[in-house]
Amino acid sequence: MSDLLQQRQHEIAEEFEFFEDWMERYEHIIELGKELAPISEDEKLEEHLIRGCQSRVWLLADKDDAGNVKFRADSDAIITKGLAALMVRVLSGLSPAAVAQANLWFIEKIGLDAHLSPTRANGLRSMVQQMKYYGVAFQSQKQV
Amino acid sequence: MSSALDASALRLQFPILNREVNGKPLVYLDHAASSQKPIAVIEAQREYLMHYHANVHRGVHALSQQATDAFENARTIVQQHIGAAESSEVIWTAGATDAINLVAQTWGRDQIGRGDTIVLTRMEHHANIVPWQMLAEEVGASIEVVDVQDDGTLDAEQLQQKLAQRPKLFAFTHVSNTLGTVNDAQALTALAKSAGAAVLIDGCQAIPHMEVDVQALDCDFYIFSGHKAYGPTGIGVLYGKRELLEAMRPWRGGGEMIDVVSFENGTTYAGLPHKFEAGTPHISGAIALGVALNWLNGIGADAIMDHETMVAAHARKGLSSIEGIRFIGNAPLASGVVSFVVDGTHPYDIGTLLDSQGVAVRTGHHCTQPLMERYGIPGTVRASFGAYNTLQEVDTLVSGTIRAVRMLRD
Ligand SMILES: Cc1ncc(COP(=O)(O)O)c(C=O)c1O
Repeated sequence: MSDLLQQRQHEIAEEFEFFEDWMERYEHIIELGKELAPISEDEKLEEHLIRGCQSRVWLLADKDDAGNVKFRADSDAIITKGLAALMVRVLSGLSPAAVAQANLWFIEKIGLDAHLSPTRANGLRSMVQQMKYYGVAFQSQKQV
Repeated sequence: MSSALDASALRLQFPILNREVNGKPLVYLDHAASSQKPIAVIEAQREYLMHYHANVHRGVHALSQQATDAFENARTIVQQHIGAAESSEVIWTAGATDAINLVAQTWGRDQIGRGDTIVLTRMEHHANIVPWQMLAEEVGASIEVVDVQDDGTLDAEQLQQKLAQRPKLFAFTHVSNTLGTVNDAQALTALAKSAGAAVLIDGCQAIPHMEVDVQALDCDFYIFSGHKAYGPTGIGVLYGKRELLEAMRPWRGGGEMIDVVSFENGTTYAGLPHKFEAGTPHISGAIALGVALNWLNGIGADAIMDHETMVAAHARKGLSSIEGIRFIGNAPLASGVVSFVVDGTHPYDIGTLLDSQGVAVRTGHHCTQPLMERYGIPGTVRASFGAYNTLQEVDTLVSGTIRAVRMLRD
């Protein structure tokens, strides 16, 4: 697995370690959401929306010059945007193959899977799935 | 502020309310989605399973007789609770959704045809929209919608216009699950009847909070779910006037709903109410729903309504201090529901932060998407109250919301 991917997940796991309770964790997630650069209004298209979220989540992906995947994301709900920021932080800049095969153990490690409500957990799952689809799609592009 | 009902004492009957969520005492404010159950209801189901479970209407043995008696006794409790003329007008269903689909697929298919009109309101739950849309599409009927005004009341003038088109059916909710609006069901029914329409009332949010008398309302159908009225899930009620029910064809076929089954001579059906109850019913659910309604009666509809509106008023007052808060639904006559949005925040985020503080609310469209569209919002935060909610819980809601909004906006 990509070293970068491991390193980023360890970083996040450490960051979340010293929070006492979920209010503090959410405070941090909200912070991350606010720091994530918003995408422009004219890019908030239907086709970039991720299904399965109670809030609206837009996800865009490009390839940079080195052929790595660049993700951008936004949401009208700030906690959702914070979760998207975490995902972007972990996966953006990795090779398409690394994105497609990413084992995202940090989600369980920081307790997101256990704590999130069913609707939020579904939303997060859809987000991860969509990011991996992009990885797969960009991978096959490269081979052509 | 006080009310006749002592919620702190009543709470002791609800075991689940003792638990903690996220390390905080549970504050359950999602009554409109589903109510919690008093120990009497839990015990009734347990007692049935422990001591007299058997299939109903079928056996020659003692257990079957006992189960049948309890099952049919529950039907009588429902009959008396809603003021139906006879217990055979009470049909057990799997819930409100199931009941509405039953009416749409039997009465609807027979009575509504090409070019006919069905009138609904914009405040309907999807359960009272989609079955009619499916029917309308199937038979070529059209649906007309009565709008909601800014305060969450129905547009009476528009209703008159729609009724002037001589619709076949007017289906409306007694109490809105999103806005809390209490519709004047008796007046609306009278209007619709004078226009020649049949009337179906969705009573899901009325039964747990107020007295309902279907004969006084004079509606043709009245439906509700057990689980919002302190009873179990998987059981609900369709009330229908005898003459209509008798004329209706059965919906689902199978055991229990037949008179004689024959390959040679064809099958004949049972009479009411069994004609609509194919298969083994939710016996423990029906029995426990009967217990739930008795429990409600023991407290009294007026005391419950008074208490819940008092609690809701306290919530509105407390939440009003939040800058940029907007209450969705401000009808003069309303149940214990407080729906709101706050500028610069998403309902979903407020709901999540409340959950972290042990407060269970519902966020989103509450299965009333046309209503969200009407108000131009993605959803609301909804706190809905039951007999067991206290003013202290409301204070936790208020302080929790204030904290959430501060975190989200800063
Ligand atoms: C007004 C109203 N009608 C219908 C329903 C559907 O009830 P059920 O899902 O129990 O069938 C609900 C439940 O949310 C409701 O609030």
